Amino acid sequence: MKDVFITANTIISPLGFDSEANVSAIAKEQSGITLHNNISTSPCYASIIDHKKLDDAFSKIGDSKIFTKLEKMMILSLQDTISQASFSISNKTALIIASTKGNIDALNNNFEPERAYLPVLAHKIKEFFGFKTEPIIISNACVSGILAIAVAKRFLQNDYYDNAFVVGGDIVSEFTLSGFQSFQAISKKPCQPFSKHRTGISIGDAAASVAITTDTSEREAIQIIGDGSCNDANHISGPSRTGEGLYLSIISALKEANLKPESIDYISAHGTATAFNDEMEAIAFNRAKLEKIPLNSLKGYYGHTLGASGLLESIVGIHSLKNNMLYKSLGMDELGVTMPLNIIENTTKKELKTFIKTASGFGGCNTAVIFKKVKQ
Amino acid sequence: MKKQLKIIAYCHIKNNTISINGKSIIAKDKDLSFSDFVKQIYKEKQLAYPKFFKMDNLCKLAFLTSEFLFEAAKLDSKIIKHTGIVLSNSASSLDTDRKYQDTITDKDNYFPSPAVFVYTLANIMIGEISIRHQIKGENAFFVSEKFNETLIEHYASSLITNKKSSHILCGWVDMDNNNYDAFMYLVSEEGLYNYSKKIIKKTYTQN
Amino acid sequence: MDALKKELKESIIEQLNLEDFTVEDIADDDALFGDGLGLDSIDALELIVMLDKDYGIKLTDPNEGKAVFVSVEVLATYIAKHRTK
Repeated sequence: MKDVFITANTIISPLGFDSEANVSAIAKEQSGITLHNNISTSPCYASIIDHKKLDDAFSKIGDSKIFTKLEKMMILSLQDTISQASFSISNKTALIIASTKGNIDALNNNFEPERAYLPVLAHKIKEFFGFKTEPIIISNACVSGILAIAVAKRFLQNDYYDNAFVVGGDIVSEFTLSGFQSFQAISKKPCQPFSKHRTGISIGDAAASVAITTDTSEREAIQIIGDGSCNDANHISGPSRTGEGLYLSIISALKEANLKPESIDYISAHGTATAFNDEMEAIAFNRAKLEKIPLNSLKGYYGHTLGASGLLESIVGIHSLKNNMLYKSLGMDELGVTMPLNIIENTTKKELKTFIKTASGFGGCNTAVIFKKVKQ
Repeated sequence: MKKQLKIIAYCHIKNNTISINGKSIIAKDKDLSFSDFVKQIYKEKQLAYPKFFKMDNLCKLAFLTSEFLFEAAKLDSKIIKHTGIVLSNSASSLDTDRKYQDTITDKDNYFPSPAVFVYTLANIMIGEISIRHQIKGENAFFVSEKFNETLIEHYASSLITNKKSSHILCGWVDMDNNNYDAFMYLVSEEGLYNYSKKIIKKTYTQN
Repeated sequence: MDALKKELKESIIEQLNLEDFTVEDIADDDALFGDGLGLDSIDALELIVMLDKDYGIKLTDPNEGKAVFVSVEVLATYIAKHRTK
């Protein structure tokens, strides 16, 4: 089976329109989460990309009037990733798109209602870049972004494609914000993952993309070495109290990577800052014997970006490996879960070789992917 | 080395008709609404699963199709618990999304419904099937314009080659404005029927 | 009060999709959660919406909900006291 590497990458978020700007902001402990007065019935903390800034950037490559906000975010991200990538689009290049709700705002705005269909969104992206293959769309709740990386790896390993561009994104919309509010899951302050004082999520906009290939000449490459994506079989909106699905996903990924838990240098957790999610993750990480591994959640910088989160946060993890930096888990003060965890409280330089990205979502889904820095 | 897969069983629910392994086993009046159709099936099958009525139409459809499929497949319960589930559709959860949007569009009658919101993700159907049978295997939900048997074949094969799953529940479950179509099939390295994307395409189109 | 309790039972059956239940099946003091009707966390959230929509009562603390959603009897008493609609 072929080795699979993740190479070029671009984050589009309130912290910047390329990965380096984003990582720089994280190193300075800047957060994209601010108070917004006009997105809900009362002021609400969220991380939202300024539409004018987005349009200014997008106007350089396309007509900002004919694409939706999400399409502009995804296209801008992919444009940069494709230009950085060592390979160009061929008929053995996969286009993988991850989103939970796509253009859901089209149900109630000036775009035609058909725009809300994910295949329509995918077609816009395919046409823009001239992709030759049928887009592969993954819509699997909040694990979509990281599952998309696992899907790309699985396809490339098994020779179905030579390489892939993976793009993920979701927008802050009235639809999703009101839904999470009906779940009483939105925090009144910026979210605080794993903290004793956490009171829920902050929602966020973002798009992110990566180039995945079996052939890289990078001297220091990032290889995807293990994955797992298992269900809790417990409840459709609450996570398993024993962290069952996440635990099984982690074990599956470790087994495939042929690694013991202590060989993982860093955990990029899902850490949404709901009472149940963070507690469940703590239990799963302890069951998998990962409780001593330095861990953060990046939701304090970006809020919960839904379908983008797994992809976006993996990119930050990749930069963590390349920079040998453990970034602070923003929003953390006192540990508020019943099992021990090694939360990164201050940004620290440390030699890092491997990290695991985990995510969980509605429907009882969970995904874990392990990345390793290899010298070629 | 690509694995040679077989089909253990398959089920198609469309036009108020249910067929198993190509044979029609239940045919109800085509004019019945989807709600009435599934209610009748539920009662006749004596399902005794109250959660069924909390599900949205998409999940009810997926749930019922999987019930018939697992019944026909007669898999050992140990195998069921690790079965991978790889499903797909075209409309995602839009049928339910529109219903949720209705609870928030009118600002003078603004009551977002959590019970509807929870079903505004197509992969929830995988959750419902998993909970019913305690399946803790691999999951993935794909969206495509039409049923893409090639994509599903590639993914199921990859799961088996990578030793992530030995048996996989594959399929297409779509629900959009009263038009529905559910086609599910169980694959593994051992089974009754030969498997290839051509066979699946033929089976799907014919039934 | 009896009319309110009947109304609540009808509401609960309809809003929470309790297909197999009739108003007669729900006793005033049957536990709503746990062993009685077996409602879950999403049902609790949906009941909070119902309180607002039908009776104008806003419950912002989910823990407050635990004390109120004990049984139809307890719920009816609470609504009679706090309703604004």
